[in-house]
Amino acid sequence: MSLPYSKKLIELFVHPKNVGEIPDADAKATEGSPACGDMVQLFLKVDPETKRIVDIKFKSYGCASNIATASIVTELAKGKTLEEAKKITWKDADAELGGLPPTKVHCAVLAVDALHTAIENYEHQHGLLKEKVPTSKEVVINRLKHVIDPRKGIDVVRGKTLKDVEVQDGVAKIYLNMREDEEFANHLKEEIVERISPLWDIKRVEVIFSNE
Amino acid sequence: MNVYLDNASSTRVDERVVDAIMKTFYEDIALPTSEFVHTPGQRVKELVEESRKKIADFVGAESSEIVFTSGGTEANNLAIKGIAFAQAKKGKHIVTTAVEGRSILDSVRKLEKSGFRVEIIPVDRHGFIDLEALEKAVSSDTILVSVQMVNDEVGTIQPLREVVEIVKSKNPEAIVHTDATYGIGWIPFNVKELGVDLASFTAHKIYGPKGVGALYVKKGVTVEKQIDGGYAEFNLRGGTPNIHGIVGFAKAVEVVDWKEVEEVRKLRDYLYEQAILRIPEVILLGPSDFSKRHPANLNLSFKFVEGESVVLYLDMKGIAVISGSACFSRGLEPSYVIMAMGHSHETAHGSIRFSLSKYNTKEEMDYTVSVLEEVVKSLREISPLGGN
Repeated sequence: MSLPYSKKLIELFVHPKNVGEIPDADAKATEGSPACGDMVQLFLKVDPETKRIVDIKFKSYGCASNIATASIVTELAKGKTLEEAKKITWKDADAELGGLPPTKVHCAVLAVDALHTAIENYEHQHGLLKEKVPTSKEVVINRLKHVIDPRKGIDVVRGKTLKDVEVQDGVAKIYLNMREDEEFANHLKEEIVERISPLWDIKRVEVIFSNE
Repeated sequence: MNVYLDNASSTRVDERVVDAIMKTFYEDIALPTSEFVHTPGQRVKELVEESRKKIADFVGAESSEIVFTSGGTEANNLAIKGIAFAQAKKGKHIVTTAVEGRSILDSVRKLEKSGFRVEIIPVDRHGFIDLEALEKAVSSDTILVSVQMVNDEVGTIQPLREVVEIVKSKNPEAIVHTDATYGIGWIPFNVKELGVDLASFTAHKIYGPKGVGALYVKKGVTVEKQIDGGYAEFNLRGGTPNIHGIVGFAKAVEVVDWKEVEEVRKLRDYLYEQAILRIPEVILLGPSDFSKRHPANLNLSFKFVEGESVVLYLDMKGIAVISGSACFSRGLEPSYVIMAMGHSHETAHGSIRFSLSKYNTKEEMDYTVSVLEEVVKSLREISPLGGN
């Protein structure tokens, strides 16, 4: 068969490792969206003493590369300390799989992003940040770059669905160029809240829709 | 078991067509460009003209109205660009639909850069052209309207007779073209009954060889030649005609058997019934009224899973299908046809096209459904979107 995939990738696509959910996960993260056709959800269980990843599971909606890269990333991260796992890059996943076709590299990026976000969420929620920098507008906007507007298929920042952000006294206000009664409004609201609320000093996230 | 279900892309060649083509390699060695030179040339000329007659008869045209091309893409290019450049003085407005093939859409986009005004008519949820929008669009400036006969992705058969009536009542001078490449041999088609001015055909979707097609050009309609190089094909297409292909094309239309088409239709219906019976959460894409659907087409979107994964898995089990998923496409864009029908990205990503032929069997359909059931189930188990 001359498909542009390695044997290893095909093997992991058919028999992925670490599939599933961890109901009492210490941290989780979701990257991508069904609109993009690629979505990875990652669950972490971390030893509070050693800060080692004792269990990691994933769920994936996407192509074969998406499933295989998520599988390989969980294998690379399992048993590592959070600091070690942070150093895993998409290139490591790509190398493990024997090289992805260029159009599929974003799958590896997505899976590694999910790992990094899950670790970051863990650190925010467990007081592990080295310097507790107050969350700025920029930090919020950077996180929102990972939220995809399903109507446009691109993120809310690039797609200009995001109008403005205000951060004050632990409340993040997210203003959108979108009416509340529009299709996907609720879906986007949930994604935004899920993305911003893990930040260590954010107590509440408000999503404000426009009236126009 | 190997099951080929990508016949809307291309079919296996019928044995009788192969035999007809093989003969030409040994017996018909000359070119038909000049009938006044020698006997071998004369012989080939006759062969080409016999073939032209068979194809013309099959679509209700005159022999002199059939121009052979290298396939559907060239026929579409000749139709769109040929009319635009020949009729540029009459007007600059070209109308087509959002679900045409790439050769139509890319051609009109190119013409837009040379000063033509292009209007794309939307389609409804089942892929049917918005006839009201068409009526509004056609004006005295309109020189060409191109509406496909049938969509190869979702199987929608367009109401061509109504299209012609609407266009001609608004502007009798406007030329109506139809891309019938996935239509002839599957659905009865007669240029005179429909009243179209131009129609594109190809051989390889009806058990003929790849690399040969034709354009019907109604008598009196002026088209500007796009490939220069001699006076072949009524001075509308330069170059050496594909003699072997032309003979094969003619044989393919000669052996069209409408009873076989009905058998394929039954098989397609069986595949659909079994699939929705055994797999939950499936969306049918294209007309739900199967009388307005291509007899060999089925397009299903499986919720919560992504199409490329399904295609790859099926391929490993010997089943060949395609998907409208972004991952499957070169441009990483979901199927523009399914998107134009107003479906979500997710529906497009989960879509799988099954296109059958007379070579498929009931056993193959059973096998396909069981593999499909298995793959959709296992992909839904790992999907964060649910389904299990």
